[in-house]
Amino acid sequence: MAEKLIGQNYTPPDHVAKVTGRARYAEDFRAEGMLFTKLLLSPMPHARVRSIDTSAARAMPGVKAILTADDLPDLNGAERALTNEPLYAGEPILAVAAVDELTAAEAIERIQVDLEPLPFVTSPLDSLRPDGPNAHPGGNAWGAPAPGAQGPAAPAPRQTIKWTAEDFSRDEPAGRLPMGKALEEWSYGDLDAGFAAAALVLDETFVTQSTQHHPMETRSAMAYWQNGKLFIHASTQSVSQTRGNIARWVGIEPTDVMLIAEYCGGGFGSKGGGAVSSSIPALLSKKANAPVMMRITREEESYIGRGRTNLTGRARVGFAKDGRITALDLFIVQDTGAYGPLGDHRSAGLAASLIYQPPAMRWRAVNVITNTPPRSQQRSPGPMQANGIVEPVITKAAKQLGIDQVEIRRINSPEGKALFGPVLPNGQRNHVTGAFVKEALDRGAAVFNWEARKARAGQRQGSKVRGVGVTVGPHGAGSIGWDSIMTIRPDGKLYVQSGVGNLGTHSVIDLARVAAEVLDVPWEKVEVTWGDTGKHLPWTCPSVGSQTTHGMTRANMAGAEDAKRKLQELMALEMGGSPSDYAVGGERVYDRRNPGVGLSFAEAARRAIRRGGKFDGHELPEDINPMTRESATALAGLGLMGVARDTYPRDGATYGFVIGFAEVEVDVETGGVTLVDFVGVGDVGTVINPRSLVAQIKGGACLGIAHALFQKSVVEPRYGVSLGDRFHYSKPLTILDIPRSMHTEAVGLPDPETPVGAKGVGEPPVGAGYGAVMNAIADAVGVDVFRRAPVTADIILMSLENGRRMHEPLRAHV
Amino acid sequence: MSLSRRNFIKGVIAGGAVASSTAYLFRGSLPLLGQGSAPGSVDRLITLVVNGQQRRVDVLRQETLAMTLRYKLGLTGTKLGCDRAECGACTVLVDDVPHYSCSVLTHTIRGRRITTIEGLAASDSELHPIQRAVVDEQGFQCAFCMPGFVMAAIGFLKTNPNPTREELAHGVSGNLCRCQDYDKILTALMRGAEYMRKVT
Repeated sequence: MAEKLIGQNYTPPDHVAKVTGRARYAEDFRAEGMLFTKLLLSPMPHARVRSIDTSAARAMPGVKAILTADDLPDLNGAERALTNEPLYAGEPILAVAAVDELTAAEAIERIQVDLEPLPFVTSPLDSLRPDGPNAHPGGNAWGAPAPGAQGPAAPAPRQTIKWTAEDFSRDEPAGRLPMGKALEEWSYGDLDAGFAAAALVLDETFVTQSTQHHPMETRSAMAYWQNGKLFIHASTQSVSQTRGNIARWVGIEPTDVMLIAEYCGGGFGSKGGGAVSSSIPALLSKKANAPVMMRITREEESYIGRGRTNLTGRARVGFAKDGRITALDLFIVQDTGAYGPLGDHRSAGLAASLIYQPPAMRWRAVNVITNTPPRSQQRSPGPMQANGIVEPVITKAAKQLGIDQVEIRRINSPEGKALFGPVLPNGQRNHVTGAFVKEALDRGAAVFNWEARKARAGQRQGSKVRGVGVTVGPHGAGSIGWDSIMTIRPDGKLYVQSGVGNLGTHSVIDLARVAAEVLDVPWEKVEVTWGDTGKHLPWTCPSVGSQTTHGMTRANMAGAEDAKRKLQELMALEMGGSPSDYAVGGERVYDRRNPGVGLSFAEAARRAIRRGGKFDGHELPEDINPMTRESATALAGLGLMGVARDTYPRDGATYGFVIGFAEVEVDVETGGVTLVDFVGVGDVGTVINPRSLVAQIKGGACLGIAHALFQKSVVEPRYGVSLGDRFHYSKPLTILDIPRSMHTEAVGLPDPETPVGAKGVGEPPVGAGYGAVMNAIADAVGVDVFRRAPVTADIILMSLENGRRMHEPLRAHV
Repeated sequence: MSLSRRNFIKGVIAGGAVASSTAYLFRGSLPLLGQGSAPGSVDRLITLVVNGQQRRVDVLRQETLAMTLRYKLGLTGTKLGCDRAECGACTVLVDDVPHYSCSVLTHTIRGRRITTIEGLAASDSELHPIQRAVVDEQGFQCAFCMPGFVMAAIGFLKTNPNPTREELAHGVSGNLCRCQDYDKILTALMRGAEYMRKVT
């Protein structure tokens, strides 16, 4: 494509609203007679509600309605906003709507809930012990999803799995992850031969932590009903994909949901398809017959706001003398929290297979339910934890074999249409659309000045010692098959409908740059409509899994090509000849042989409306989603419509990669770690929006850096209550925790399997930051100092003082 | 075993663990009973100077400035990220000094000069230099933390108009961003400092 817009910086049209405070997030809306709600949260990690006495609360003036789980639609056993059987401490049991928050809070205090405590467990390994408790009456683990299912696979039912005492006694005393029966497993290649051929075999256990997502904006929501329709202001990463979820949670038709979500104050996976809690103000509002505002506090966000799954992984890896991996045997125990099930453990296995390219690999896993706050996908769910589990092994092997850390990753890195994962039912292994990891590694090593920094690593200066680390962070980076709608209207402008959420990545707007590029419309004449399902949005991918830039650039290219074709066909009808006689450019459609003959877009729009049919959206393609059809039908007659589903071919699975390079300085007298420098280089396809691209790499890397250094959640095992609540205790990164400047860039090589060349970038940098910083710490103070994250000062100090690893080897939620 | 919620909480607290959910939910609500929210008591009607305008407003004794701004004066550009002085999203200027408005009681600042994000720009084409720089550098992502950062930076630059990156980073270190591209945020704010020096 000739690029006037793609790859160029621009100012997103929402930026002035954001910087003047005019941008309105969910809690910024008001409605006449608005009530406030407060939640009653379970103080117990697992209990059953025997009875609820609300009489004293109802007698209070100002209390308007009380909502319990009995008022909620049944969701076939899936998590609901309120419960009669709390599965974690902090789970909402009921909600009160009152004239103000103080009254609502006081009403909560006057409600008596009689709870029957039930057995609970917060550690996945404890649940697997022979006499360990189950977190749920239905079992303590989720099995593999039913095979062959299309789309999001329905979870297999909960089941009970216990390991034997021997399973534990074999490995636990040595601090190694016990490996009892697995519930999921795949393998390829000859594992035994791989290990037999190895010059070095390492077997290491690593514990990755859970962290709350904690977006700056909590999942507050405000709702009211008008003419039988639900109007709801909520925070979501994906507008089009949230409408149906809210409808299901509330028990109404999707067409009766008017979701207004123009701005989202961050999600990181915790608001992928909205938040189930948003059904509380919706249903309370119906009950109270008044608008209801639900302000979620930061503390409540700690419980209901989702967290990352914590994985305990054991990696046995064989290496040839030259550092090439000969076999990888990976066992994962995932803590999937109270609900779920999450699939991070599966993504972790696939990612390990991809970035380390072992010729033989086995992956086994158990996905354990615990009475800890619910999880959801958090920015790089799975691949990031895989980096945490496997990277220490690679680092240790390189040291023992005397191989450079960049070199050992380079020779094992994927290239081109690299294979990964198990043999699929079609007899083939999956492959990626394209990988340029070696190019990115080389570029990063040069920019970071790897050799010079490596030379000064390990030398002690006073109490300080430096170390360097490198990690390849992978993540899936694109889906296909989504829809787009756009219209060229009689004012001569191009109007692009965007169903993407506005979560700060700018992909909500970036996709329109592609449409404008194809149709050669200047950016000033493009209007993007987003953030309100009442404004007729197309069926759009959820903005999770780094898929939006890939999926929606394709969809909008398809829609723009459709508009272009219709302009040409319109001209053939109006002026004679065949469509191919006409070209589109300069806001006109004109005769190729005689460019003076043509129509302006404004005039073409008028004629398209006059002709109707497919030209102005009165006839629609067969293959578009019903939501797109509904929206396009509403927009029909406004102008010349481009509407299409992305049917461009794609060979392989789309993955993006970011290589992280870190230098740290460790104070061996205090255990304190300072990040001295960080460089990130992406293999993430064609760059659409350069400033957003570097922002994504830096922001994602910073999330990984925080996970390496201090961010975590803590659950007290005896009472089952969360202790790492709020910002202060969960330790997110601050501006002082990173170097005063960071460099990131992309190699900019287009993905060969998508017409625009672009893939996602939001997630690959997380594992890159996580792994690179931990590897750098290991380089500075020793490869056996830690086997869990975050690598806090006490872990480093205690291990150095005692000359051996001192931290708790297997416990979760420390 | 039967256990009421309240007794369980007492047990947990006595046992040394923290049932922190309840600590917030029930904070101080009992003593507030009877105070009511109906207007009528004259001493609650106070005058604030917000963005250059005198605003008469009826406030509760325990009401925070953030709540007054957001729910009484319609100034929702000031965001609440934590309501507990941890994140800085609610930062406003009181007599040119950055304050966490979630942790300032409104009645303690009558007559003082309050500036919020809404009070910076005369119009969209006349943005404050810091706002202009944020737009020029595309300095934030989800931008929920943006108003707080901008106010903190403006307050800091009044004491140090020509800071190094290090100094300005310290100046806004009381503000959290969870998209956490702090590097670009700092670049945008440094650009803003440069714009401000040109203006004055």
